[in-house]
Amino acid sequence: MPRRGAPPEVNAGSMADIAFLLLIFFLVTTTIETDAGLDRMLPPIEPPDTDVIIKQKNIFQVNINREGQLLADDALIDLKQLRAKAMDFLDNNGDGTCTYCKGNRRSESSDNPTKAIISLKNDRETKYGTYITVQNELVGAYNDLRNREAQRLYNRKFTDMEAEFLNPESSTKIRDELKDKVQKIQDLFPQKLSEAETSTN
Amino acid sequence: MSKFNKKKGTGDLPAVNTASLPDIVFMLLFFFMTVTVMKDNTLKVENTLPNATEVKKLEKKDRIIYIYVGKPTREYEKVFGSEPKIQLNDKFANPSEVGDYILEERAKKPQELQNVLTTALKVDKNANMGLISDIKQELRKVNALKINYTTYEGDAFLNVKK
Repeated sequence: MPRRGAPPEVNAGSMADIAFLLLIFFLVTTTIETDAGLDRMLPPIEPPDTDVIIKQKNIFQVNINREGQLLADDALIDLKQLRAKAMDFLDNNGDGTCTYCKGNRRSESSDNPTKAIISLKNDRETKYGTYITVQNELVGAYNDLRNREAQRLYNRKFTDMEAEFLNPESSTKIRDELKDKVQKIQDLFPQKLSEAETSTN
Repeated sequence: MSKFNKKKGTGDLPAVNTASLPDIVFMLLFFFMTVTVMKDNTLKVENTLPNATEVKKLEKKDRIIYIYVGKPTREYEKVFGSEPKIQLNDKFANPSEVGDYILEERAKKPQELQNVLTTALKVDKNANMGLISDIKQELRKVNALKINYTTYEGDAFLNVKK
């Protein structure tokens, strides 16, 4: 037979204490940050089977010495000029096959963006901070050009599109849609950033 | 005494209802639980990351292997010197041990993630590139080609200022 009357109330007064205890534990262990950084791919260790001959003018050589000075295409330049220089080089369109480029079509610079290679070389004594700045500027040059094309074709920034595409919280429909667009922009300006092994002196 | 009596005379103040307090606290608790990332290893090296603007977020923490590089902190300076060192998990390591560490960590991950792992390099901005090159060489040997130079978001030119 069921008990008559309301059952005695459970004292919930200590619930707050327990919750506080947990709260404080998580407060202490929390670090609210998602890491961010520059994504890079390393070249595979086996050299490719066939030696590809690359014309000198299609290579943009960037050297960083131990003092953090920058040599780009045999000229000593300031770090702040690097992005513009790299963009000029990528966007040059020497052979006229690139319909979307706006470069100066100088004969001594790159043929078209798909052939243009940026080669980065650094000294063993180079500071990591300087190296990251250079990397950042070079990636920035690519991103600026890609943004320009994305703005023209899809009326939005490439970096935003890519971020949304990579974000796991975006819906699959949007991501499928973005995938082709992102891929297309990437193909317009493929990122060819080669890193030679460091020199010792 | 008369004061107290007077009060009693005007009628009991009702007790503040604290029944919703646990709810509020639980709400906070869940917030912190969801945003929490457990710190899994203590840093033994100085780790002031450089700044960069063109960053991508590192989503999916389970696919990342961390490598720390930097000058040993003051308590370890006496033993390990002040040259930048590599820290893997909780101990200092030589560049030659990086490859084994990556293979070991990779083996711990589920099968389907083993090919999509990223190596996050958390390097102090004052470290020199020689050590980084050695690490990169080791990573290439074990075919861990996807790397991420972890940075703070900020003006990249602050890195070169003295």
